[in-house]
Amino acid sequence: MSDLETFRKETAAWLEANCPPEMRQPMVDESDACWGGRNPTYKPGQKEWMDIMAEKGWTVPDWPKEYGGGGLSRAETKILQQEMARLKCRSPLSSFGIWMLGPALLHFGTEEQKKHFLPQIARGEIRWCQGYSEPGSGSDLASLQTSAVDQGDHYIVNGQKIWTSYADKADWIFCLTRTDKSEKHKGITFLLFDMASEGVTTKPIKLISGASPFCETFFDDVKVPKSYGEGVSSVVFEENRGWDVAKYLLGHERSMISGEGSSGGGSLGAKFADQVGRDDMGRLDDPMLRAQMADIDIELLAFRAMAERFGDTFKAGLCHPAQPNMMKYAGTEINKRRHELIMSAGGSQVLEWESEATNGGLTARSWLRTKANSIEGGTSEVMLNVVSKQILQLPNT
Amino acid sequence: MPLYLNDDQKMLQDSAADFMKTEGGVAHFREFRDKNCKDGFSHALWKQFAEMGFTGILVDEEEGGLGLGHAEAGVVLEEIGRNLTPSPFLTTAVAGVEALNAGGKALRDKYFPGIIAGETVLSLAIDEGAKHRPDQIAMAATREGNGFKLDGKKQFVVQGGSADALIVAARTSGSAGDEKGLTLFAVDTDAKGLSRDNVRLVDSAVAAHVEFDGVVVDADAVIGEVDDGDVVLKRLLNAGRTGAAAETLGVGTGAMDITVDYIKGRKQFDTTIGSFQALQHRAAHLYSEMEIARATVLKAQQLLDEGAKSAELMVSVAKSKVGRATSLSVKEGVQMHGGVGMTDEYDIGLYMKRDRALQEFLGDANYHTNLVAEMHGY
Ligand SMILES: Cc1cc2nc3c(=O)[nH]c(=O)nc-3n(C[C@H](O)[C@H](O)[C@H](O)COP(=O)(O)OP(=O)(O)OC[C@H]3O[C@@H](n4cnc5c(N)ncnc54)[C@H](O)[C@@H]3O)c2cc1C
Repeated sequence: MSDLETFRKETAAWLEANCPPEMRQPMVDESDACWGGRNPTYKPGQKEWMDIMAEKGWTVPDWPKEYGGGGLSRAETKILQQEMARLKCRSPLSSFGIWMLGPALLHFGTEEQKKHFLPQIARGEIRWCQGYSEPGSGSDLASLQTSAVDQGDHYIVNGQKIWTSYADKADWIFCLTRTDKSEKHKGITFLLFDMASEGVTTKPIKLISGASPFCETFFDDVKVPKSYGEGVSSVVFEENRGWDVAKYLLGHERSMISGEGSSGGGSLGAKFADQVGRDDMGRLDDPMLRAQMADIDIELLAFRAMAERFGDTFKAGLCHPAQPNMMKYAGTEINKRRHELIMSAGGSQVLEWESEATNGGLTARSWLRTKANSIEGGTSEVMLNVVSKQILQLPNT
Repeated sequence: MPLYLNDDQKMLQDSAADFMKTEGGVAHFREFRDKNCKDGFSHALWKQFAEMGFTGILVDEEEGGLGLGHAEAGVVLEEIGRNLTPSPFLTTAVAGVEALNAGGKALRDKYFPGIIAGETVLSLAIDEGAKHRPDQIAMAATREGNGFKLDGKKQFVVQGGSADALIVAARTSGSAGDEKGLTLFAVDTDAKGLSRDNVRLVDSAVAAHVEFDGVVVDADAVIGEVDDGDVVLKRLLNAGRTGAAAETLGVGTGAMDITVDYIKGRKQFDTTIGSFQALQHRAAHLYSEMEIARATVLKAQQLLDEGAKSAELMVSVAKSKVGRATSLSVKEGVQMHGGVGMTDEYDIGLYMKRDRALQEFLGDANYHTNLVAEMHGY
């Protein structure tokens, strides 16, 4: 048996033995995700599963071991993901620290910053939020105004962020601040600080889906130390070079969001044919819906292959640096189409917003939530701008 | 296996790209087309394919070939697509060879040396109507002496006019629609009672309408087992469809590259038209579609090469996805070229015509979309 086959067998056996049964049930909604943090809300099995996976380094299987990761190769990570999918094991930890800040620290952080922040992320101890967007700075993010003024051993931060996902639940924030007003891109600093600091307030915003996962975040003379210990600066990379970090992080965020397009589970038609109805040949009895379902099945399988190829080429350093933008565009547009069809298959039943039969309008709320996919992390139009300029090298006006 | 070309495959890609561009590029296509000869391709070029080793790409090493897989065949096909190279490679060296690989040694010994040498051309006689419906094959093969007598008609036999032998699917028992009861034959085109009417297609390739009027073949002509032709046919179709998808991918990316280049050069309103966001977004969307299409093709090839059960599903996903993406590519291509896109002088229209023919070859996007629904049980 090759090393990889042995690894597959051992991994499967370990998952079988250690994954709590509750963590092998399909996730129903966002509240089934485990986010960890200082003020966690755990459902049965979640903490156990997170802790035992963290102990093995498998909340972040491909991070180096010294920072709390599993030290797995690309091939091993793929096998772990495949076995988790096959055995229906849930992801042990959802985290902006894992998806966004971690990769940026691995790339730009000092050794001390990595040793300090990364293990806390891997173990799910600190929950992070992303302070990028402001009321006047969305797609044109680099126009941001939240200021950080140098006061010797600390900065004073003032301003407002918006659309900050889970700001009210997060422990720390990675925040883009303006440290130089005379330069647009070269006057931004990437700052890390505690959301419990004096002067930080959050105000939830209600979404069309009825949930309030994101907030307005206000900073009123917030004092941010320059250092959290020997070599552990609160600034990632250099002062006024935060835009480099921000862009790099967005690449990871976009790759992560694009995953929505390939995470959709099995065939939609197979799932809904019985519910919609079948003709006497066993075919889904609405031929137009059947055709659309088959189309989206193809899109999903195709995008899954794309995601695999993207992951492989990314790890091998073979993919274009702007490729995450294409992935984000394609993955989110497919996911939106998929949810349109789920609504269509559900008919009038899934319009019920609060009934027990619909689990509180879950299908409709999920459908509405997907509309944000092509807005959050950079809109589809912005993704297309980047692809056309950076990959296709089309000229500016 | 990572989902990108390995070093050997990249080397093959470099040599195939170089070869197609210099020997079989668009200039060659035009020159050949304008000669209006009865073959849809140049036999001299097919000989050169053999010298490159391409013709034996799917033939085992013990039988004189390269012993490579669908991924490698696809590398060559993509370059054929990108350069619009006229050749019988797909029907002969990919689908034809794979059909023969599913049968006995005697037939392989009969045909492989000629194929490897670039002397023998095979064509596929599958379709009986204007749309690809392999499950509805009705052509009859009845037992006669120690062999069979074939009666019926086939169409869209691409390169059939130049073929030395046809891979023919016919019914030896049961009726149209039955899974079992098909048998595949290798029939030499000089057989008595076999007649061909060659027609030029929109993409300047030549295809034949073939009539079998009591064509007698002996039992040696059977590929695989009598009545179990579905097994051979499946292998032929998987190879042919994946191959067609790879060629189509080449057509689609070729058309996209030409178009993106064009809009970088053309000026209107005192600026390059490629700076207009309306065009940029359409080009970027197209790029995204072509990238996804590429992933499906490589995935299908790898699964086929691994002998995975899920290969067939991915083959249909690839044929369908690439079909739609490339159709978008050639349509956007002509539109973004403006008036010159309608002229014979510019190449983009040639890509549109090639794509149209490839769409119909072994099942279009709709056909494969329906198969995907069936494979998923709805
Ligand atoms: C659910 C959700 C969660 C979010 N979470 C976070 C978070 O945690 N942290 C955070 O910082 N932000 C977050 N965001 C904010 C998100 O990044 C922004 O909403 C996004 O960048 C768009 O900015 P905007 O809303 O200001 O829209 P605008 O920039 O005003 O865009 C409006 C429209 O104009 C189009 N447009 C803008 N510029 C161009 C252009 N150059 N070319 C063509 N079209 C253009 C856009 O595509 C869009 O269609 C979240 C958003 C959502 C919906």
